[in-house]
Amino acid sequence: MDGLVEDLKSLLPYLRRYRRSYWVGLAAVVFGTAFQLGSPWVLRFAIDALARGGSPRQVALYALTFVGLAALAGIFRYLMRMTIIGASRWIEYDLRNDYFAHLERMNPAFYHRWRTGDLMARATNDLNAVRSLLGPGIMQAASTILVALGAVVQMFSLDAVLASIALLALPLISVVVFRLMRRIRLLYDQIQAQYSRISEKAQENLAGIRIVKSYAAGSREIRLFAKANEEYVRRNLKLAKVRGALVGTIEVLAGIGILLILWVGGHRVIHRHMSLGELVAFMSFLAMLSWPMIAIGWTLNLIEQGRASWIRIQQVMQEEPEIADGPRTDFSIASLRGAIRFDGVSFSYDGAWVLRGVDLDIPQGAAVGIVGRTGAGKSTLVHLIPRLYDPTEGQVRIDGRDVREIPLAVLRRCVAIVPQESFLFSDTIAANIAFGTDGSEEQIRWAAEMAGLLEEIQSFPQGFDTLLGERGVNLSGGQKQRVALARALLRDSAILILDDALSAVDAATEERILRNLRRIMRGRTTLVVSHRISAVKDLDFIVVLDEGRVVEMGTHDALLSFRGLYWELYQVQQLEESLSAL
Amino acid sequence: MADQDYREEEILGKAYDARLMRRLLQYLRPYLAEAAAAVVLLLLLSLLQLLGPYLVKVAIDAHIARGRVAGLAAISLLFFAVLLLQFAVEVAQSYLIQRMGQNIMRDLRLEVFGHLQRLPLSYFDRNPVGRLMTRVTTDVENLNEMLSSGVVAIFGDVFTLTGIAVVMLWIQWQLALVSFLVVPFLTVATFMFRSKVREAYREIRVRIAKINAYLQENISGMAVVQLFGRESRNLDHFRKLNYDHLEAFLRTIFYHAVFFPVVELLGALAVALILWYGGIRMHAGSLTIGAVVAFIQYAQRFFRPISDLAEKYNIMQSAMASAERIFRLLDEPEEPDFRSPAIRPAVVRGEIEFRGVWFSYNGEDWVLRDVSFRIDPGERVAFVGATGAGKTSIMSLLTRLYEPQRGCILLDGVDIRHIPRDELRRNIAVVPQEVFLFAGTVEENIGLGNERISSEAIRQVAEALNIHEMIEKLPRGYREDVRERGSRLSLGQRQLISFARALAHDPRVVVLDEATSSVDSETERMVQEALEKLLAGRTALIVAHRLSTVQNADRILVLHKGEIREVGTHSELLARQGIYYRLYQLQLAGLKVERPVEGESSAPSSEAASHAPATRA
Repeated sequence: MDGLVEDLKSLLPYLRRYRRSYWVGLAAVVFGTAFQLGSPWVLRFAIDALARGGSPRQVALYALTFVGLAALAGIFRYLMRMTIIGASRWIEYDLRNDYFAHLERMNPAFYHRWRTGDLMARATNDLNAVRSLLGPGIMQAASTILVALGAVVQMFSLDAVLASIALLALPLISVVVFRLMRRIRLLYDQIQAQYSRISEKAQENLAGIRIVKSYAAGSREIRLFAKANEEYVRRNLKLAKVRGALVGTIEVLAGIGILLILWVGGHRVIHRHMSLGELVAFMSFLAMLSWPMIAIGWTLNLIEQGRASWIRIQQVMQEEPEIADGPRTDFSIASLRGAIRFDGVSFSYDGAWVLRGVDLDIPQGAAVGIVGRTGAGKSTLVHLIPRLYDPTEGQVRIDGRDVREIPLAVLRRCVAIVPQESFLFSDTIAANIAFGTDGSEEQIRWAAEMAGLLEEIQSFPQGFDTLLGERGVNLSGGQKQRVALARALLRDSAILILDDALSAVDAATEERILRNLRRIMRGRTTLVVSHRISAVKDLDFIVVLDEGRVVEMGTHDALLSFRGLYWELYQVQQLEESLSAL
Repeated sequence: MADQDYREEEILGKAYDARLMRRLLQYLRPYLAEAAAAVVLLLLLSLLQLLGPYLVKVAIDAHIARGRVAGLAAISLLFFAVLLLQFAVEVAQSYLIQRMGQNIMRDLRLEVFGHLQRLPLSYFDRNPVGRLMTRVTTDVENLNEMLSSGVVAIFGDVFTLTGIAVVMLWIQWQLALVSFLVVPFLTVATFMFRSKVREAYREIRVRIAKINAYLQENISGMAVVQLFGRESRNLDHFRKLNYDHLEAFLRTIFYHAVFFPVVELLGALAVALILWYGGIRMHAGSLTIGAVVAFIQYAQRFFRPISDLAEKYNIMQSAMASAERIFRLLDEPEEPDFRSPAIRPAVVRGEIEFRGVWFSYNGEDWVLRDVSFRIDPGERVAFVGATGAGKTSIMSLLTRLYEPQRGCILLDGVDIRHIPRDELRRNIAVVPQEVFLFAGTVEENIGLGNERISSEAIRQVAEALNIHEMIEKLPRGYREDVRERGSRLSLGQRQLISFARALAHDPRVVVLDEATSSVDSETERMVQEALEKLLAGRTALIVAHRLSTVQNADRILVLHKGEIREVGTHSELLARQGIYYRLYQLQLAGLKVERPVEGESSAPSSEAASHAPATRA
């Protein structure tokens, strides 16, 4: 519990938003507990009345009071749940929204570092643990402490001597609990570690299933897995024993308390130091005390888990995007025309240079091809334009302005990029094309037509309303790419970038689509990254990249006459084409 | 578990499904004695729990109320003894249950794991690792929770309820009946609560699944979201999904907030009834004060299990859904072992023949079309072809990782479907393109736990391949953990270990998918030398990527679009100026165009724009 407050301090702003609920809830806990503590007293008077041979009428009155107290306690318990648990759900809601909003601010570099599964785990399991801390955790902590305190106080006010005797074992119990709890936590960690080992073993086996099968090593794998499982069972049973010891010790010590109450208390009733009703009330309070003893361990666990999970969520929330609007941003820029310039741009990733000193001038309205070997830096080059990454050195300018001065929203509105791997959402085709715009039905149709997709969409029974993804139709790679292209076309941006965006489309269709594009992109800047020479050969000029540098530049014919890298790439493609024709 | 599909994982199940339950109970069979003992202990526990209030009654009526001190100590001690016994039984019982649960979970995990080992490879093509992992881990754990806390507790609760009712009736049946007056109300309340909560939880599960699916999709496609400026719209949509979920949950809070106080109130009502009616009976002299006290205590215990029962519902529901998923996996048919009659060749010579083999992974997309060829024992054959020509498929068919749709494959003239799978695979060693090392030592990775390979033999193999010294130089030699941090083996070293693994298994046939990534020239020399040793005297099928490998082959089979189009030696095929000739030219040109560098850090190019597969094909 060390540093608990420190770790949870960052939750305060969320708690503060619902502080009224929490205060009302805590007040309800206090009143609810008070009425709960009242009922043994009623019981006491009722029993005493019965023992004295009081009239049934009088006893009935007590019985009615008993129900009345329970009803009052119930009302407050209702209030307690509604406010505290309700507030915890609202905070969960806020946290989830903030988490999502935070993720939306993060750059590709962040998503390179964090695995999707990990981010999901934090949004699900961890968020749930934090919610449990804020709801049941707080509620149980408050109510167990109050009930325990209240019961002890009541016991003393009933009969101080008996109370002292009954609670004699309490310090002993807390020492035992404390010691065993530490041991339990240790064992628990060991169990978790073994569980991870089992998971790792299974993960590895499944990943390497080809080798396992090829070498008939299945029985060895099963043996190893069984061994890990044996150990897991062994550790769990060890924990079960310690837990049993813990429960047993507590209960035996508590049993001694009960023994003493019955024995000493019996004597005290006989010797008229207390009434029978008081003894019964006393026993009721003792019974009340046993619940907090069980619940406290559970509550502590809840708090501990919530804290660990909150730390894990904070690790994500504390990340700051490297790319965002900042003091350099000039918010007076509202639109771009589309002249692009690279000034001595270098980019390094993981210590390796991907781009080195790229100088490039692309006039507004030009159609430019970018080719090169795999890993030459083509994609990286175009990703610098909409600032998916920022250059390590040098500047990327649009209309003479450093892209870092252009508001991100403006920049991205004016640059449409169609990535290599098209990402479609589980939504209708129309919604996927209209993504990010308010495109009319007509416009969506137009975009689909330009992307050479209209006929195929119309062949689907639901047409543009066809659902994509898990619950709908799975498009082919080429179809997906064309949906992504249509989406970009609909943006009507000053700059259009195709990042090897039609690789899964056959060459003839690609050429047809590109012809369409030339027409509609007149006056706009178009960049076509491609591994196919055929896709770029008719463009205004072609940039050849190699090992992060611009090595050749010019029209198709000029580049061929250089007999350099472009020519070699061209030769390879000619060969490939002749081969696939065989 | 990036592949986890948040939709499939949220399939709704019933809280109790007789068919699933019967099947689950099968797993109890090895532990019947323990289970019986646990049940007996549970019964005993319920009985002992009943004794407490009764002893209090005796203490009050026989001693305290009559002012008799004698015997009070005895009854208190008896009470204490009962408590002690009760605790002992409780601890023993819960330990037994835990042990049984853990053992059953282990059995189940092993069964799932073992079954996975025997599933055909095509199953793994369809199911991402993440999803299978969930079966082995989370789903089994869910069942454990039901077993250790749910089912048993329900048994115990039912025993306790019946026991209390019986004892109350026995002490004073009229008073018992009066206090049972609240039971119908309790039943109605519980029933209403359950149906309301079930409805709400169904809603919640559907809504949380939507949230998580949307979140996952957005994480995967975040670059697209940002590039198209959809942030605020998507956030709005997310808020809406999130709010739907919140709203459904607030409803369940209301049900809980009402239900629990109502149960407590009914409990208080029962106590009040006991006081009222007890007062009347006592006045008439037909009831003792001790009995009233005992009744009150019984009544308070009566209501605890009922609120428990309502809580167990959730656990049961998710356990049933998990059981469903686990059993679905276990019901997947295993890959066939062999056709009878089983033929176990005593000595394998290593002759291989493909006879009219047709194969596709998927329907009519033929990867191999009518492929036939024969390889003599000891012959070295290189397979050459463009990507997707079907080279790797031939290798997979030979070891029966997949089965051809038409035609057959023969080893020494025997249809391999008649050879027991493990037998077949023992005679054919596979060296895949990408080396896969398991967590564990170098030695374990070479021997792969095959008991017929002694550590002596492993060292001999290493010496034969000239890698003994290299291994000895590792910090812990043969005991070096290959996955431990800091001792990352180089690509070349991993390749060599992969060769040693194949050689140690002393196969008659070696299937080698040559690595495309090259290593430094010194290691390359070692790899080439080791390769010669590995292949010497064995039938070898090589998916060749290197010129030297092709040139050293006895024969080259050229695959093109799933068919064998050319056969011959390097020079013969070049002279023919056909497919091989073009592939060769491409290779030469490619050597200039491609840029193979070891350890090249990949640019954040394509992955950045969308770093996870889009809507899965």
